[in-house]
Amino acid sequence: MSASVVQSVDHVALLPAYLAAGTAVLVLVTDLVLARSRATLAVAALGTIATAVGAAVVGAGDERRTFCVAGDCSYVFGGRAAVVGVLFALLTLGVLGLSGGHLRAGRAPVGEYSFLLACSMTGGVVLGAAGDLITLIVALETLTLPLYVLVGLRRGSLASAEAALTFFLVSVVATTLSLLGAALLYAVTGELHLGRLGTLLAERAELHDLPLTAAAGALLLLGLAFKVAAVPFHAWAPATYDGAPLPVAAYLSTASKLGGVVALLAVTSAALPADLTGPVLALLAVLTMTVGNLVALRQRRTVRLLAWSSVAQAGYILAPLGALALAAGRTGEARAGAYAAALAYAVFFVLLEFAAFAGVTALRPADADGGTLEELRGAARRHPWLGAALGLALVGLAGLPPGLAGLFAKVTVVRSLLGGGSGWLALVVAVNAVIGLAYYLRLGAGLYAAPDASNPAPAAGAARAVALVLAVATVAAVVVGFAPQLVLDLAAR
Amino acid sequence: MTFGQFLLVAVLALPALGAVAVAATPADRAARLVGTVTAALTLLAALPLAAGDRGWFAWSANGPAVRPWHQLDLPWVPGLELRFHLGVDGISYPLVVLTALLTLLCCAYSLYRVPAGGSGRALVALLLVIEVGILGTFLALDLVLFFLFFEVVLLPMYAVIAGWGGEDRRRAARKFVLYTLLGSVLLLVGVYVVVAAAGTADIVTLTGGGGLSRNTQLFAFTLLALAFAVKSPLWPLHSWLPDAHTQAPTVGSVVLAGVLLKMGTYGLIRVAVGVAPEGARWAAPVLGALAVAAILVGALVCLAQTELKRLIAYSSVGHMGFVLLGIATLTSTGLQAALIGNVAHGVITGLLFFLAGAVKDRTHTGALAELSGLRETAPRLAGLLGFAAIASLGLPGLAGFWGEAFAVIAAIEVGGPLWTTLAVLAAVGGALTAAYFLRLLRRVTHGRPSPAVGRLAPTLAGGELTAWTPLVLLALAVGLAPTLVLGVAEAPVNALVEVLR
Repeated sequence: MSASVVQSVDHVALLPAYLAAGTAVLVLVTDLVLARSRATLAVAALGTIATAVGAAVVGAGDERRTFCVAGDCSYVFGGRAAVVGVLFALLTLGVLGLSGGHLRAGRAPVGEYSFLLACSMTGGVVLGAAGDLITLIVALETLTLPLYVLVGLRRGSLASAEAALTFFLVSVVATTLSLLGAALLYAVTGELHLGRLGTLLAERAELHDLPLTAAAGALLLLGLAFKVAAVPFHAWAPATYDGAPLPVAAYLSTASKLGGVVALLAVTSAALPADLTGPVLALLAVLTMTVGNLVALRQRRTVRLLAWSSVAQAGYILAPLGALALAAGRTGEARAGAYAAALAYAVFFVLLEFAAFAGVTALRPADADGGTLEELRGAARRHPWLGAALGLALVGLAGLPPGLAGLFAKVTVVRSLLGGGSGWLALVVAVNAVIGLAYYLRLGAGLYAAPDASNPAPAAGAARAVALVLAVATVAAVVVGFAPQLVLDLAAR
Repeated sequence: MTFGQFLLVAVLALPALGAVAVAATPADRAARLVGTVTAALTLLAALPLAAGDRGWFAWSANGPAVRPWHQLDLPWVPGLELRFHLGVDGISYPLVVLTALLTLLCCAYSLYRVPAGGSGRALVALLLVIEVGILGTFLALDLVLFFLFFEVVLLPMYAVIAGWGGEDRRRAARKFVLYTLLGSVLLLVGVYVVVAAAGTADIVTLTGGGGLSRNTQLFAFTLLALAFAVKSPLWPLHSWLPDAHTQAPTVGSVVLAGVLLKMGTYGLIRVAVGVAPEGARWAAPVLGALAVAAILVGALVCLAQTELKRLIAYSSVGHMGFVLLGIATLTSTGLQAALIGNVAHGVITGLLFFLAGAVKDRTHTGALAELSGLRETAPRLAGLLGFAAIASLGLPGLAGFWGEAFAVIAAIEVGGPLWTTLAVLAAVGGALTAAYFLRLLRRVTHGRPSPAVGRLAPTLAGGELTAWTPLVLLALAVGLAPTLVLGVAEAPVNALVEVLR
C-alpha cells in the first residue's frame, strides 16, 4: 500500500449529509443575524425539507460509495440509507411543527433548540450510510449528543434536568460498551469495515470461534440495545421521556429509536455472524416485549405509558432478528426477509408512535407535559378529530383494524418469523400483542369516556401547526395502512 | 367485471360507505334511517349472489374442492401474500344472507329504540362496520384476508358493549376483546404457518391439504382450531361469552350470538378443516369430546341460571357444542348439520335475545325470580318467547331441530365406541336443553304476575314486530324446509368431504 493518501470523494453521495449539516449551521447564523424566531424556524423547516428531498433524489439512483480503501467503503449511500435519511428529515420537520407551544412559552431558546435538532438529524442521515464501525458510532453519537441538551432545555423544570442527567449517564455507559466492543473486534480481526468484518468472520473459523469475538460482538450489541431501549437496558427511557418536553419525547421515541435500530441492523446484517447475534437478539426481543408490556399495564401517566409501550415495540422490532437464532432462519432468503421485516416494522412503528405523540401534544395545553391518563379523560368528546387521530394511532400501535398500518406491521413480523422457522417467537409476539391491547385500550377508551366533573379539563385547542402535523401523520398512517407494500418495498431495498 | 363480482364488492362496500354516511349525518334519527337503508341495500345485494352461473355443479373428480359461484381476485400486498380474493359458495351464502338480515333488523330496531349510553348514530355506524367485518370473513377466499376481516370485528364490538351495555359493561367488554384477540393472534400465527409452508394463501388452492406435511398440518390445525374455539366458543374457552352477552345491549347480543359466533364455526369448516384435513382427522376425537362437554356443561349451567340473558348466553354454548360436534365428525351429514345448526342458532337466538331485551326493557330486571306471569299481562310477548324457546330446544318442524338431530346421527354414523358414546351424551344434552327451556318458560310465562310484570302493557310496538317477524318466519321456514340451507350447501360440503378422505 504505497499509493497516494489522497482520495477522490463522491460529493453527490454526501449531499444529504451536507444539506443536514448546512441546515444546522444556517439555523445558527440566522438566529444570530436576524434573531427572529419565525425566521429561524422557517430556515430549519426548509433545511429539513431540502435534506429529505436530497436524500430521496440521491437514493433514487444507484448506490454511491465514498471514502473507500481497497474496496471497503466507510460511506455507502444506497436504498436503505435513503429511506433512513428521508425518515429522519421528516421526523425532524414534524418535531419542529410540534414544538410551537413549547418554544412560544419561552421555556427554550428557539435558535439553540432548532440547531440541536438539526445536528441530531445530521447524525441520523450519516448513520444510515455508515459503512464502518467508527462512522457508525460517531454518527450515532452525533444523533444522541444534542438530545442530552434538548431533554434538559426546559427552563425551571427539575424533572427535565433529572431526565437529562439520567439519559446522559446511561447513554455514555452504552457508548463506552459499544466502543469497547468495536475495539475488541478490531483487536481480533484488524478490520473496522462492516462488510469486511462479516466476510472475515465467515471465512476464518478460528477467528469466529474465539471467545473474544463472541464477547466483542455481545458488547457491541448491548451498547446499541441501550439506544433502542431494549430490556434490560431500558430503565432510562420512561424517566427521560416523561421529563423531557413533549416534542423532544416524540423525537426520542421515534428518531432516536430508529437510529438505534438502524445501527443494530447494520451491525447484525453485515458485520457480526448471525449464529452469534441470533440467540442474543432473540433473548433481548422476548424480554423487551414482555417486560415492556407488563410494566406498561400499570402506568398512570400518559407519556410513561407510551414510553413503556415503546420499549415493548422495540421488542417487536428486534423479534424478526431473533429468528437468526435457529439455523432455518439463517438461510440467505430468510435473513434478507428478517432484516427487511425489522426495518419495515420500525418504519410503521415510527409513523404510528409519532402520530400518537402528536395526538397527545395536540390534546394537551401548549407547553404542558403529558400529564396523567385521567387528564386526557373525555378529550375525544371535546375534540372529536384530534381524539380520533390519537385513537387511530393507539389502535395502530396495538395492531388492530382500523389501524391497518399497525396490523400489517405485526403481520410482517409474524410472517418473517414463520418464514425463518421460529414459530415459538411468533407465538410470543402474538401473546404480547394481546397484553399490549389491554393498556392501549385503557388510554383509548379513556379518551371517549364521559369527562370527570370534579376534574375540569383544560379547554385547550391545538395550535394550527400541531394539528397540521397530526393530520399529515394520520393521513400517512392511513395511506400505508391501505398500501403497506410501499413500506415493504422500501424496507427491502 | 361480471355482475357477480359487482355484487361481491357491493356487499362489502355498501355497509362500509353506509357507516361513513351515518357518521357524517348530523341528525341522529336521520342517521339511523340512513344506516337502516344501507343495511337493507346490503341485504338486497347479498340475496342475488345465489343467482348466476353455477355450472360447476357437474363437477369433475379433479376440480378444486372449493368452487365459488362468483369470485373476485385482485392483488393487494404481494409482500405479505395478501390478495383481495372474495368468493361465495353454498357454505358461505346462507351465513352471508343471515348476517345481512340480522344487521338490517338490528338497525331497524335501533330506529325504534336506542339503548342508553351513547348516540344511536354511533351505534348504527358501529353495527355497519361489524357487518363489513363479518361479511368479509364469510366471503374471503384468501387466508390473510380472512384474518384481516376476522380482526375488523373486534374493536367495534368492544365499543358497542362498552358504550351501550349494562352496569358491568367495561369489564365484560375488556374480557371480550382480550379473549377474542387471543384467538385472532393465534389465527394469525396459524395462517402464516400454512402460508410459509405452502407459499400461497389462496384458500381454493389450499383446501384439501395442498401438499402440506403432516407436522405442519397438525401444528396449523392446533393453532387454527384454538383460534376458532375461542370465537365459537368451545368449552372451556367460552368464559368471555356469558359476560359479553349479559352486558351487551340488545342489538349487540343479537349480532354477537346471531352471526359473530358463526365466524368461529365457519372458520373451522372452511379454514381449519379445509386447509389442514390431516390435522382435523387427528384432532377430531378431542374436538368431539370437547363439543359434547360443551353441550352438557352448557345445559347444566342453564338449569341453575337465575338471569334471563345469561341463561340464553349459556344455551348458546350448548348449541354451538352441537355445531362443533357436527364438524368434528368430518362427515357430509355432520358438516351439513353444522351449517344448518349455525343458521338456525343465528335465527332463533337472535330472536331470543330480542325478546329477552324487550322483557328487560319493560321490567328493568332480568332475574327469573322477579319475573313470572308474563302470559297474564303481556300475552303476545309471552307467546313469542314460548315460540322461540321451543324452537331453540329443538322441536321437530322448527329450525333448531335439524342441526341437533343430525349432529347426533352423524356421530352415530361414524360408529365406534367413542363416537357412539358421544352421540348418546349429546342426545342427553339435547334432553337437558328441553328441560331448562321448559323451566325458563314455567318461571317466566306462567304463575302469578310478579310486581315487575304486573305493570306491563300487553301491546308490542311496531318497531319490535318489524324486527321479530322475519325471524319467526325464518325459524318456521328453515324448520319446515331445511333444503333452503341444505340445498345450496350439499354440493360444496360433499366436495369438501371428498378431499378429507
